[in-house]
Amino acid sequence: MSASMAIMGLYSRRLWINRFNLAVSLLTMLIGLFWLGWILLTLFEAGFKALGPALFFTMTPPPGASGGLSNAIAGSVIMAATGTLIGTPIGMMAGIYLAEFGSRGWLAPVTRFINDILLSAPSIVVGLFVYEVYVIHTRHFSAWAGTLALALIVIPVVIRTTENMLRLVPDSLREAAAALGAPQWKVITLVTVRAAKAGIITGILLAVARISGETAPLLFTALNNQFWSLDMNQPMANLPVVIFQFAMSPYENWQHLAWAGALLITMGVLVLNILARVFFRNKSPTY
Amino acid sequence: MNAAVLQPVQEALTQKIQVKNLNFYYGGFHALKDINLQIPERRVTAFIGPSGCGKSTLLRTFNRMYALYPKQEARGEIFIDGEDILSPRQDLNRLRAKVGMVFQKPTPFPMSIHDNIAFGVRLYESLSAREMEERVEWALRKAALWEEVKDKLKQSGTSLSGGQQQRLCIARGIAVKPEVLLLDEPASALDPISTGRIEELVHELKNDYTIVIVTHNMQQAARVSDYTAYMYLGEMMEFGVTDEVFIKPKKKETEDYITGRFG
Repeated sequence: MSASMAIMGLYSRRLWINRFNLAVSLLTMLIGLFWLGWILLTLFEAGFKALGPALFFTMTPPPGASGGLSNAIAGSVIMAATGTLIGTPIGMMAGIYLAEFGSRGWLAPVTRFINDILLSAPSIVVGLFVYEVYVIHTRHFSAWAGTLALALIVIPVVIRTTENMLRLVPDSLREAAAALGAPQWKVITLVTVRAAKAGIITGILLAVARISGETAPLLFTALNNQFWSLDMNQPMANLPVVIFQFAMSPYENWQHLAWAGALLITMGVLVLNILARVFFRNKSPTY
Repeated sequence: MNAAVLQPVQEALTQKIQVKNLNFYYGGFHALKDINLQIPERRVTAFIGPSGCGKSTLLRTFNRMYALYPKQEARGEIFIDGEDILSPRQDLNRLRAKVGMVFQKPTPFPMSIHDNIAFGVRLYESLSAREMEERVEWALRKAALWEEVKDKLKQSGTSLSGGQQQRLCIARGIAVKPEVLLLDEPASALDPISTGRIEELVHELKNDYTIVIVTHNMQQAARVSDYTAYMYLGEMMEFGVTDEVFIKPKKKETEDYITGRFG
């Protein structure tokens, strides 16, 4: 009898500890969500005023006049897309090297270490670097310089996710393909990468989300352009720098546009993240 | 190991695989010690022994699977059809096309059932679409899976049950028409019904292939194999006709293991 009482005592104590921990976890989650909710609410409230068709079809106006963000939106999309197109194949191939060939020799561990540094390097450093090696030599800011900076941010992210996702593919799958007489490059391209496809695409989408909001690397490279320009060798307007410039200005219409731009980026990133999640959930094979 | 433990094979059979003085190392660990063995053609040979005795290691030398990993090394000679496959000049991909393997866990590729089978075939043969369809059907029929999947060849291979996946892997292995089939505990992750199917399959396949099977299941070895090798701590303890090894083993250790007093 007393033994079972002791067990009950122990059990109810555990039950209380469990409740307490659950409550604390819930509370910390709510604190995190609270700020996120507040940010989104502010963005919607302030950005909503400038939201409308004019935002997408008219260009950045001079102070006091009416206008939109069409040139900045186009510039952001072009530079983010080109940066991703340049960075993704490089990052994927480096990630494949690290995961599939990286078990022998010293090159892979060194590369991995340097990549980790790149991954956590502040983006302003990347911007300054491109300014130093590209902008100074061409003597003008340009969309190519901005693209290059964004690609440099994409590469380490894609390397890391590609390597991690390939490592999740069990060796038994590689062995099974090799056991049929498949040369290593076919094992990798037809089986391993395919098995890790959902994870790799998720990583690329997250890299796109990351660069669509970067301001610092563009400030020194693509700068800004108040006119409509698709010339990659000229400065190009882009949302982050426009937001930076307009939000700091004393003109009310610019401030409204800055909020609208911030709202656009946030919504874009949100959509990319949701896409990434949906993709990973639906296509991820289970082993 | 002296030659006395090696039972002379009694039937007049061609020896498909001949292992001579084989030693195997995982880095510093000496996993196989002076293995000598002859595996007859178109028969089923079973490797039995307690965990860690080296049966899978030995099996994995026959298609040089170990070569995928650094620090794994085999010394000695293994002749398949008279050709030393351990020689550095041996083309690994050609060897593996000739010596197929099925693993413990089913490993369907992330592609359709049809493509799972076509994958290996495409590597070494260029068939027309119709020929490929015929080959896929042939392999699936051989693996006793055709009736269950014939209407869903375009579905993913991972959507099948465990037993079906394993039969898909066997079908994939025989679709490339190898000469030797290595089975590494092919039924250990399966339920009794699927296991029974796979054992029946082994029986049928031995008409065309030389089969080597590693198993933890003594009854399974007795049921499916013609020859049995008992291994212990990296050494070949006894090798002979299955009935003899199971009914009157030459060595006390073998008897202890088979009767369950040890292992």
